[in-house]
Amino acid sequence: MVPWIVALPLAGALVNGLVGGRLGRRGTSLVACLAVLGAFLLSVAATQALVASPERPAQVVRLFEWIAVADFRISAAFQWDPLSALLALVVTGVGFLIHVYSVGYMAEDPDYSRYFTYLNLFVASMLVLVLGANLLVLFVGWELVGLCSYLLIGFWFERPTAAAAGRKAFVVNRIGDAAFVVGILSVWGLLGTLEFREIWRLLGEGGGALRGHPGLVAAALLLFAGATGKSAQLPLYVWLPDAMEGPTPVSALIHAATMVTAGVFLVGRLWPLFEAAGPVLAAVVAPVGAATALFAASVAVAQYDLKRVLAYSTISQLGYMFLALGAGAGHAAFFHLTTHAFFKALLFLAAGSVMHAVHGQIDLRHLGGLRRSMPLTFLGFVVGALSLSGIPPLSGFWSKEEILHAARAHAAGIWVVAMATSFVTAYYATRAAVLAFWGEPADPHAHPHDPPPAMAWPMVGLVVLSAFGGFLGAQWAGAPLRAFLQPLFGDHGEASSVAGAEVAVAVAVALAGVVAGWWAHRARQEPDLGPLGRALAAQWGVEAAYHRAVVRPAKALSQLLAERVDAGAVDRAASGLADLVVRAAAAVRTWQTGNVRQYAAGVLAGAVVLFAYWVLR
Amino acid sequence: MPSWVLSATVFSPLAGAVLVALLPRRDGLLRTVAILTTLLPLALAGWLFWQAPLGEAGFWLTERGLWVPAVGIGYHLGVDGISLPLVALTAFLFPVALVGTWDAVRTRVKEYLVLLLLLETAVLGTFLALDLLLFYVFWEAVLVPMYFLIGLWGSERRAYAALKFFLFTMAGSVLMLLAIAGLYLATGTLDFLRLLGAELPAQGWLFAAFAVAFAIKVPLFPLHTWLPDAHTEAPTAGSVILAGLLLKMGTYGLVRFCLTLFPEVARAAAPLFMALGVVGILYGAAVAYTQPDVKRLVAYSSVSHLGFVVLGTFVLNPQGLAGALLQMVNHGISTGALFLLVGVLYERAHTRDMDAFGGVARVMPTFAALSLFVVFSSAALPGTNGFVGEFLVLLGAFRKDPRWAALAAGGVILSAVYLLWMVQRVYFGPVRPEVRTFAPLRPHEGAALVALVLAVLWIGLYPRPWLARSEAAVQSLVQRVASVAEAASPGWGGRP
Repeated sequence: MVPWIVALPLAGALVNGLVGGRLGRRGTSLVACLAVLGAFLLSVAATQALVASPERPAQVVRLFEWIAVADFRISAAFQWDPLSALLALVVTGVGFLIHVYSVGYMAEDPDYSRYFTYLNLFVASMLVLVLGANLLVLFVGWELVGLCSYLLIGFWFERPTAAAAGRKAFVVNRIGDAAFVVGILSVWGLLGTLEFREIWRLLGEGGGALRGHPGLVAAALLLFAGATGKSAQLPLYVWLPDAMEGPTPVSALIHAATMVTAGVFLVGRLWPLFEAAGPVLAAVVAPVGAATALFAASVAVAQYDLKRVLAYSTISQLGYMFLALGAGAGHAAFFHLTTHAFFKALLFLAAGSVMHAVHGQIDLRHLGGLRRSMPLTFLGFVVGALSLSGIPPLSGFWSKEEILHAARAHAAGIWVVAMATSFVTAYYATRAAVLAFWGEPADPHAHPHDPPPAMAWPMVGLVVLSAFGGFLGAQWAGAPLRAFLQPLFGDHGEASSVAGAEVAVAVAVALAGVVAGWWAHRARQEPDLGPLGRALAAQWGVEAAYHRAVVRPAKALSQLLAERVDAGAVDRAASGLADLVVRAAAAVRTWQTGNVRQYAAGVLAGAVVLFAYWVLR
Repeated sequence: MPSWVLSATVFSPLAGAVLVALLPRRDGLLRTVAILTTLLPLALAGWLFWQAPLGEAGFWLTERGLWVPAVGIGYHLGVDGISLPLVALTAFLFPVALVGTWDAVRTRVKEYLVLLLLLETAVLGTFLALDLLLFYVFWEAVLVPMYFLIGLWGSERRAYAALKFFLFTMAGSVLMLLAIAGLYLATGTLDFLRLLGAELPAQGWLFAAFAVAFAIKVPLFPLHTWLPDAHTEAPTAGSVILAGLLLKMGTYGLVRFCLTLFPEVARAAAPLFMALGVVGILYGAAVAYTQPDVKRLVAYSSVSHLGFVVLGTFVLNPQGLAGALLQMVNHGISTGALFLLVGVLYERAHTRDMDAFGGVARVMPTFAALSLFVVFSSAALPGTNGFVGEFLVLLGAFRKDPRWAALAAGGVILSAVYLLWMVQRVYFGPVRPEVRTFAPLRPHEGAALVALVLAVLWIGLYPRPWLARSEAAVQSLVQRVASVAEAASPGWGGRP
């Protein structure tokens, strides 16, 4: 059954890719949506089987031997275990809703079948990523989702900004991927296997003899570097804000709910390896996550492009997930991954509805007053924003609470950063909601209205999930998600009966953020933050610094090598040699005298030399 | 399996060349006959591939005849796990190149086709020859048709490029001829199988002479500067064959002769070659990035990709060598396809300057889709052939020394940088007025590209048939290098 979960969306992509133009819009939509729905239903069925057995053993389906030379042998194989099941459900579930939404959103686009081809291909690739039974199959999915991301960011490729953003995303990801590849090699060099089950077996129980081994630490660091690329963490986050050039449903599915969480998934997938790699989790993963969370949240405060606000928010929330992983709370990270998929997808779909209604306008300064004309979109955005802010009883509250709790148990500094992020998050989420939906309509002549049913129903679904999705992992509901993932992350933090006072503080901070955001923007005016505001708007100068320190020198070096070194020195040296040959030939030509006796002497001399050599050798 | 299959594979294009030469000058007829001719070696190579015994390390099919019996110079062909993939690649690329560039050449069509068919015989002979003099004859025979293909049907600077190509390769060939003569004088035979068991003198010098000849052909940094000129000026089919096959003669020679005949020296010289390979990977990619001419960009990408092949060859372990061998095939497919793409564009725009393009994906969507497959195969995206080869090379390099792998992995980033920059400039962006009038992809162009894309996916998703056919030969060669080198420490120029 498991391979079919991948095969269905892949088949959808093939059908739409090869004959999509002839199916008509209705046919294309049906193929694409049903393929993902089928994958979702299969995932549900396979998950039920997993829930039924208490040990939840990983089930591996081997398809064929893929790459094999001497002692290196890797199969194309899928693995079904709680972690892959959770991700497969999120990917196909949220993916299905967004496919349906796209039917409405893209209805007027001339490249309808190309869009759904890419979208189905993305779902298939993401499923390869989460279902791969070894690091190399995972890497196939990892790179293919990168390809789909490239294609979908640059979907409207005639826009130079879109084309450039797609390329930037792929190249920045490739930097992480290069580290990832070397990380894969390190794992193989150390353990002699890339199979997850084998890695778990060899490194379970804290890693045994290999605990803290330098090779293991290097491998974990390299793999984490790969994760920072795909999951847009510091220092490789720069591609994600630009990725908003793609169609909004794509931003929702790929650049918020699923693909960007692949880095979190990777760490979870190799959990024993990271646990055994000594200080990597605590000293690298947690600080990078915390720093990214606060950094990106602060930048989100100063963005006017609604989608960019959400993009920085995604980066920040992913930071939370890494923070949780670093603090040893794997289950909290995946709980938040799930709720974030709900509420962030909802926020993006609401933003998409706004764009749909106001002819692509996305600048918060030119929006406003949409509350009355778009009640459903308004409801969706507010539920999403409050969930993001961590206001109870919405889903984001429960998962964020788990993370804050883990952070507090882990390190005071991390906890403080996490709390500060929580405040800033509530602030910018409220700001965006106020600027877009409150006040007077920016354009009194426009008549925006809620989207058609194909777009409305997926939002309704996500509203429900964002509001009540917290039941999946909430303590008082018996933390079903934690129990489900227990074979992977163990019973970490068994004593996590979250104290009342702790919750109160966290909620107070979030509410303070909401109130501050409301107060500062109640008149739809931006408070002047002075130099801080300028620094925030310029992402603290990171992008500019990269441009100065990496992009421009690299271009200059390439130019230098091409024009001076290659066309200059190297070619001239080599051609000089060739010249020498020509001149030597010219010199030798004078030996051609036509004098037979002279030739005979030459032949004789040569023969003597050769004979002498033969004798003396 | 009868041994005449080898001769038939090598010489069927020659027979076709004679036939084409005798036929009347009706271009369509000549092209059809030439393409049908190239299907013969393809069928024979397919048969060889199909019949190849798995797990057989040596030459499992050989053919012997006397050629110059007086001095023991023989006609000797043979196929093993190392030559088979390259023979298959050759037999595949020629028909694809001919179909893909169906009417790209419109002057002196007969001569053009005759030269291409002669070229195919020479290339196949190079890969199958088991006698060094025979090898040398085929090796040199490649030069002549290629020289004329560039010089007569090339673009503006064709005369310069053809001469440069000829001089560089000749310089190497002279050294190789000296080395072959030396081998003959020392051992009294040029039969490869007998040389395998013979005591060879002055191994350091002989290795060096062969290695320089092959390194120029690969081309290995810093001997690569003939390549951008030759690739750029050659007609499309010429570029496809030049990049796809002629460069492989160099890497094949390194494996077949340098590694196999002089294992100790090869082991001693390995760090130098690995370093040059890694430099080539990074340098080729860096230089490719700023090329304004799309064909030069592809040419420099070859320098980068061939760096991977050389690195994999000289890490001297099974994964590296198997990866190098597969990467030779992959590069033939991917870069052959890239040159075909450039040819398709050139046919329409009559320029190779990337600034003249923009928005091609809107005007030629099918072509753009096929192009993306090819580009990502060249960028070694998993699921394409390039990934399997590059990953094996990186794995081999990592086993040798993780630092080699870390450096080479930089090539993974850079290939995405220059290839996607090319895609953005040519295919994306607003449609330029000149581009708006581009004719859609023609059936023969599409057919050739689809064939290449299918090959890309086959090797990317199920490389087993290829790896399994060379695995035994690769392992036995690696063992040979390891065991000989352990038995005696090499002396440069001396005998063990």
